[in-house]
Amino acid sequence: MEGTTVLGRLNWQAADVVGVAAETPQVKTIAFDVPGWAGHRAGQHVDVRLTAGDGYQAERSYSIASAPGGTRLELTVVRIGDGEVSPYLTDELQPGDQIELRGPVGGYFVWEPGDGGPLLLVAGGSGVAPLMAMIRLRAAAGSDVDTRLLLSSRGWDDIIYRDELQRLNGNRLTVTHTLTASQPPGWAGYARRVDAGMLAEVGPGPAERPRIYICGPTPFVEAVAEALVHLGHQPQHIRTERFGPTGS
Amino acid sequence: MSAGPTPHTPLERWDFTIAGEVGEPRHWSWEEFRALPAEEVTTDIHCVTKWSKLDTVWQGVRVDTLLAGIETSAKYTVAFSDGGYTTNVPLADLTGGKAWVAFSYGGEPLAPQHGGPARMLVPHLYFWKSAKWVRGLRLAATDEPGFWETNGYHNYGDPWREQRYWGD
Repeated sequence: MEGTTVLGRLNWQAADVVGVAAETPQVKTIAFDVPGWAGHRAGQHVDVRLTAGDGYQAERSYSIASAPGGTRLELTVVRIGDGEVSPYLTDELQPGDQIELRGPVGGYFVWEPGDGGPLLLVAGGSGVAPLMAMIRLRAAAGSDVDTRLLLSSRGWDDIIYRDELQRLNGNRLTVTHTLTASQPPGWAGYARRVDAGMLAEVGPGPAERPRIYICGPTPFVEAVAEALVHLGHQPQHIRTERFGPTGS
Repeated sequence: MSAGPTPHTPLERWDFTIAGEVGEPRHWSWEEFRALPAEEVTTDIHCVTKWSKLDTVWQGVRVDTLLAGIETSAKYTVAFSDGGYTTNVPLADLTGGKAWVAFSYGGEPLAPQHGGPARMLVPHLYFWKSAKWVRGLRLAATDEPGFWETNGYHNYGDPWREQRYWGD
């Protein structure tokens, strides 16, 4: 491109695996060291490229789950049974291995402490990853911006980052779970899909003009965004990140 | 791709505008737009997030039809949409039977989640260039990057050259 403020070409970079941790039975977080990583903003994603022995290449996009800082990046990957990329990432990668990635990508679904709040973060399943980058950045920066996270998971054992979210809860961060498929004995929390009533209870309401970030599978994001508009939130305050083929 | 809630514009409030370097802007109501000659288009589409869909079937009005009789020295266009999205496409990429304003997909009216009531269909470019919820085209002498293009995506978006991001 000529005549514009180009931030620089997004080159493929080598990324060294430095850690692999199970989040749930289906989900792992892989930590990379990316020498020369120029940094990212909370909410951005990277493209990952795998090259097979015969030269065949496959690429996928993953949100960055770690807060900005240094050359370490964490990606949280759901194992898709018949997937071309995710089973390799979750089952095969070990510390010492190397893959290629490039990024960061995306300049809209991002938050920085200076943007302020209040914040309403709504995630379905692994859609929590880019929101976790925001929550981790908020904590690292010592921000006390009023932040509500509403996380929809299938069951208690499917909650990604469960222990860390429990630790971070407080200091004006409120974490609310809804468990849509199964609940542990004595569960007193939400046990249904996210709806307008739940969003109204979790708040903040439209009068507080929260910045809203929604991430998850396309039908989840469609339903949550629609419910929030119905509650009176301004569409331009609602930022969405959908995953899965959508027909566009 | 979309970055916010799906807009739901009722057909009685919908219109399509051609504005910018065209003299008097032109407007079509939904009824007027649907009375224009339309055609069926079967084409492959390519999303920047790495998937393609083959042999998709659309109905739409050629951009050539909307531009018929307009005298302009413009070289560029910006498609503008409900929800505030914009995307820029060179005018030459929208003319000569290469682009449509589509109102039907797979034999059904275009659903809001897929960009309805009408979206651009520019199949030879990455699909974010096919603006959802489109309400018009602004013609201009100079190129003006749109919403995705100012947020890191390629200014032109040729899938065959894998022009996804800045610098590709």
